[in-house]
Amino acid sequence: MLHVNNLTAAIGDKEILKGLDLEVGAGEVHAIMGPNGSGKSTLAHALAGRDGYDITGTITLDDADLLDMEPEARAAAGVFLGFQYPVEIPGVNNMYFLRTALNSVRRARGEDEVGARDFLSVAKEAMNLVEMKEDFLYRAVNAGFSGGEKKRNEILQMAIMQPRLAVLDETDSGLDIDALRIIAGGVNALRNPDRSMIVITHYQRLLDYIKPDFVHVLVDGRIVQSGDYTLALELEDHGYANYVNHDLDDPSTRPLSGVPS
Amino acid sequence: MTESTVSDSTRTIQELTSSDYEFGFSTDLDTDIAPPGLDESIVRLISAKKNEPEWLLEWRLKAYEAWTKMEEPDWAKLDIAPIDYDAISYWAAPKPKPVLDSMDDVDPDIREMFDKLGIPLHEQKMLSNVAVDAIVDSVSVTTTFKATLLEAGVIFCSFSEAVQDYPDLVREHLGSVVPVRDNYFAALNSAVFSDGSFCYIPKGVRCPMELSTYFRINSMNTGQFERTLIIADDDSHVSYLEGCTAPQRDENQLHAAVVELVAKDRAEIKYSTVQNWYPGDENGLGGIYNFVTKRGRAHTDAKISWTQVETGSAITWKYPSVILQGDRSVGEFYSVALSSKRQQADTGTKMIHIGKDTTSSIISKGISAAHGQNTYRGLVKVMRSAENARNYTQCDSLLLGKECGAHTIPYIEVKNPTAQVEHEASTSTVGEDQLYYCRQRGMTEEDAMSMIVNGFCREVFNELPMEFAVEAQRLLSMSLEGSVG
Repeated sequence: MLHVNNLTAAIGDKEILKGLDLEVGAGEVHAIMGPNGSGKSTLAHALAGRDGYDITGTITLDDADLLDMEPEARAAAGVFLGFQYPVEIPGVNNMYFLRTALNSVRRARGEDEVGARDFLSVAKEAMNLVEMKEDFLYRAVNAGFSGGEKKRNEILQMAIMQPRLAVLDETDSGLDIDALRIIAGGVNALRNPDRSMIVITHYQRLLDYIKPDFVHVLVDGRIVQSGDYTLALELEDHGYANYVNHDLDDPSTRPLSGVPS
Repeated sequence: MTESTVSDSTRTIQELTSSDYEFGFSTDLDTDIAPPGLDESIVRLISAKKNEPEWLLEWRLKAYEAWTKMEEPDWAKLDIAPIDYDAISYWAAPKPKPVLDSMDDVDPDIREMFDKLGIPLHEQKMLSNVAVDAIVDSVSVTTTFKATLLEAGVIFCSFSEAVQDYPDLVREHLGSVVPVRDNYFAALNSAVFSDGSFCYIPKGVRCPMELSTYFRINSMNTGQFERTLIIADDDSHVSYLEGCTAPQRDENQLHAAVVELVAKDRAEIKYSTVQNWYPGDENGLGGIYNFVTKRGRAHTDAKISWTQVETGSAITWKYPSVILQGDRSVGEFYSVALSSKRQQADTGTKMIHIGKDTTSSIISKGISAAHGQNTYRGLVKVMRSAENARNYTQCDSLLLGKECGAHTIPYIEVKNPTAQVEHEASTSTVGEDQLYYCRQRGMTEEDAMSMIVNGFCREVFNELPMEFAVEAQRLLSMSLEGSVG
């Protein structure tokens, strides 16, 4: 389903991903773990098509060449990115945003748009997944949301967009244990044989709730080890020390310094 | 000035026009254009053409005399090419627009814009002066409106008609809010205004319809020097929409309108404007110069609310204001001003607190794109008499691109220590990260931009009558087309 071959990503002279390979089959959940600055978020943005990176290598989703596509075309092809830092859009109500998003991809796929009434029932069902109250729909997108609400809103969007490939970038960061449980519950409910997920996380904690089929360790722009769920447990015990070049403690040689996450 | 001092030439004109009137005043006027330039005889000509009473002629002449002694204001942050007032013709009878056979004859650009704005077909036809059924519709629609208003006792007519039919009301209130000497452009308008609208809501009457519905169809041929007077008598209520989201082109580059609102005790006037005059091209060629004086006087417990969406004109110089004269009166100003291309807008409001416990709020949203320059300029003045006056001001500026500018110039004068005056201002850009977020959710860059900008203007659009809020959003999106990236 998703094939990533020899992917490199650089901002200016700074190389962040240095030849990354990844195969994700339909219905699989892959966890990407790694220390700060290893390139996890860059991988997420390379998949979603953020501007500003020089990219080489190939990324295909269902045989479509993602690197050829604008971010909105990738969204229409089924790529969804759950943002580490969801963006606030003051004055735009959440429901309007969600419906516009859904109808944008439906239009791009040549499908009928969903009317306001039908959308409300779609939205309500999705909101149950992440235990949100209805007033959520009428607030401005992420404006004044708590950290937990923003992350829940990302999963709500995922539930509405029904993506082919969901990339969740540190969805667990900044969450208390209750919010983590709710979000993991939402994600698990959205697992299905046609949907693949890449779960990017710094900590093993999330993987107690969302059990991945595969775990990859990303260090310094490359996947240095892959395994099953037990690899995550090992990392929990030993950290990333075995993989990490000790020079990384020196900020001037840290590969990702200065790069937006 | 008395009748006997009116010059012979004017008397001749008066005689001519009044005799012509029997045979159809309007027909005669169709061929009428005064020579360029302005002097007393032109003012007399205009007044005579309109068959005005002596007091109004004198009023105009007083304004003309004041104007000749005044100078163009230069305090605004506007770069304006010199205006040659002698090159302008101050009297031209409205030319009838050619009547078209069908929508197919309408300029395709205009048609496309109508469609994008979602203007209903029958209104499109009226706006484009298309014949066939539409005209019949428009007559019947207009007649229905008129009957409804008449039943409620609401007077709504052209300014010229009001001068003839309700001279006392006009005489009592004309210039009572904007005196002839108020400013250069108001003085010019007072001397030479051609026509405009007059509205009177009797005591205790709630105007049975938004005057927008009616006005929008009848407002297309507004003159270069338009005069509007709205009087809401005690305990009455009216909502009025001026302008149109449809594209408006005009051969006259200079526009200087005056709008006066009088809200008597416990009355409420809500005045909304959508201004979409031709802004000129990318290089700043052409475009309307819009110098408007708008002001309302709010008596005891009265409320005046201005809402404006300004997307057009090359130059906008406009400060809709409220004199909060009566105790507990309320003034509001909600504004969206967009400057794109080479447009310049210097706009804001004045809230003059005189009565006790008066409150005013100001929400201004300035958007600058391309090479546009957008200035908020506002005055909050609390007089010594205004015990417990309150003002809240919020000025937000949004920058799209690197060549544009946003400026906020608030003036606050407080002479009573019990006043509470708050001012908040912010400047932001549409972030790459916002656009990326929306695009990741499947929206095109332009859709995303338009959503973000409309969100920025939400508080103001919420104040517009429903159908215009929708059109105003679309208008804003269209005005921003091509500003992305």
